[in-house]
Amino acid sequence: MYRYDQYDQQMVDARVEEFRDQARRRLEGTLSEDQFKPLRLMNGLYLQLHAYMLRVAIPYGTLSGAQMRVLADVAEKYDRGYGHFTTRQNIQYNWIKLEDAGDILADLAKIEMHAIQTSGNCIRNISSDHFAGAAADEVVDPRPYAELLRQWSSFHPEFSYLPRKFKIAVIASEQDRAAMRLHDIGINIVRNEAGELGAAFYVGGGMGRTPMIAPCIRDFVPLDRLVTYAEACLRVYNRYGRRDNKYKARIKILVHELGAEEYTRQVEEEFQHLLDSGVEPPFAELERIRTFFADPDFETGAKEDIDRSDPDFALWVDRNTIPHKQAGYVSAVISLKPVGGIPGDATAEQMRVMADLGERYSFDELRVMHTQNVVLPHVRKADLHALWTALDEAGLGSPNLDTIEDIIACPGLDYCSLANARSIPVAQKIAQRFAETKKTATLGQLKLKISGCINACGHHHAGHIGILGVDRKGVENYQLSLGGSEAEDVSLAKITGPGFDEDGIVDAVETVTGVYEREREGEERFLDTYRRIGMGPFKEALYG
Amino acid sequence: MKLLTGNDLKTGAVTWWTGSDWSIHVEDAVDVTGQEDEIASREEAARRVNVPYAIDAELHEGSPRPAHIKDRVRALGPTVRPDLTLKPADPEIGKWVI
Repeated sequence: MYRYDQYDQQMVDARVEEFRDQARRRLEGTLSEDQFKPLRLMNGLYLQLHAYMLRVAIPYGTLSGAQMRVLADVAEKYDRGYGHFTTRQNIQYNWIKLEDAGDILADLAKIEMHAIQTSGNCIRNISSDHFAGAAADEVVDPRPYAELLRQWSSFHPEFSYLPRKFKIAVIASEQDRAAMRLHDIGINIVRNEAGELGAAFYVGGGMGRTPMIAPCIRDFVPLDRLVTYAEACLRVYNRYGRRDNKYKARIKILVHELGAEEYTRQVEEEFQHLLDSGVEPPFAELERIRTFFADPDFETGAKEDIDRSDPDFALWVDRNTIPHKQAGYVSAVISLKPVGGIPGDATAEQMRVMADLGERYSFDELRVMHTQNVVLPHVRKADLHALWTALDEAGLGSPNLDTIEDIIACPGLDYCSLANARSIPVAQKIAQRFAETKKTATLGQLKLKISGCINACGHHHAGHIGILGVDRKGVENYQLSLGGSEAEDVSLAKITGPGFDEDGIVDAVETVTGVYEREREGEERFLDTYRRIGMGPFKEALYG
Repeated sequence: MKLLTGNDLKTGAVTWWTGSDWSIHVEDAVDVTGQEDEIASREEAARRVNVPYAIDAELHEGSPRPAHIKDRVRALGPTVRPDLTLKPADPEIGKWVI
């Protein structure tokens, strides 16, 4: 894991004191809310439906047991005993007091964490593959590149007031586990025919009210030009992005309106201009960063066999563990989606359990998934039963990864001031319905995602089944969409037709899964069947 | 009727104008029709509340009930965590929101 150097620590400590002073001035009245709002947002502090909400950055989703334990302490000491893991691999606290915010940031700084750039029109927390460094299919660990970009983008003076927020994802495998092409910039670290590493740049993707899939604008940028190319992409956006209209200010609109070809031409021109300007950090810095992400001391010859005599354990192994590049190891996914629970929520006690288990069984590493679960990336197969037993005792052993119970849901109208409808109760009802009917297993991989408003924090555009909550004359209504994917087979879901009320949407989901069960061929996933037969049969079943 | 609501500056808690002070309980709120801008300006200047604004409401069983579901969720707390609402012991309170 990356560890702060003196510069990182000084920057974060200085920001804590700066914000402490800003909060004090707000409380004293020398700063108005209009003056204070952009300052608090730069430090991840929102004013939400019930209270202040603090969003804490977890760079590329990676954290240690000690860090997870402090997140638990924050939940307990300053909030109401729980936190919410988000679709940007961050954590949010919903009940923060302004007068505590400085102390919270100081506590976080002690374990090399902060809330900087988790809001505002700047480059946000950079996300990555939650199986980075462990995945059997990766070209290289993408996190050193994500860390390099984190350092470049932190407090970048030119990019602190962009036309709109800016999200970057970095992966390094053919399988896309980070929704890479639905980001403002998606970077895929690839190897060319000569065996050299480089970066493919995808620019102009995103969800929100105008979902778009990012086109590839350059398929190979040498890694010693990675930052310079990213800077060129940002510069063109910063210069021409629509500052006059919030709803057209994201880079996806610029790329769409200019056309990918013209945008690329401008980026290439800027790139040439920047090449000799010293933007690129010394390659030695990347090498220094890379040392922090060296493989842990894996046991060679670790046992491959798993005792599957306990059927509940065997089911969890089948569903929630992922092949690892090291023989005798797997990555284990801790589900934060118990049936009837709140997707992504974890109590302080559960966070401490995860911290302990990460230390004991996964070389002190945990990862937050953008699907609102937590990964222990490096677990010996021989330790799996002990791990599962401990998880199960803590209510963290649900065997439902990538099933219809593993729902992404934004906080929705229960917490979010932007939301138009509640997301969480719908997720709970759907999970309960399918658990009761015992259809979860037979449906196989089925990614269902729910957003409570058009901003799409719940990634509904990318759901095999997507649900969008809308406000229809003061009443919650839910639009159903089908056929989305955030993976390497990326696609945007299409709306089925008129929406449903809260109970109706649960029935509607059951109806479309019924069509899938009827129509599927062989081992087809829901998404495969939808793509083969199209929307027609689903609409017919829904609307007659 | 119109209610004046905002968030407590220090704690962020949802608050309602009672005619003389702020309360976290919506049932304490009073009709501010015609006075909302004046009260909001005065109270914000006194730093007793953050970003106050008026909402529509109606009387329901003798107490104010915000007209829009978003304000009812604000008034009570998250419907998915009854234990964190202002009325954790009332099993029927969800119906007031929905």
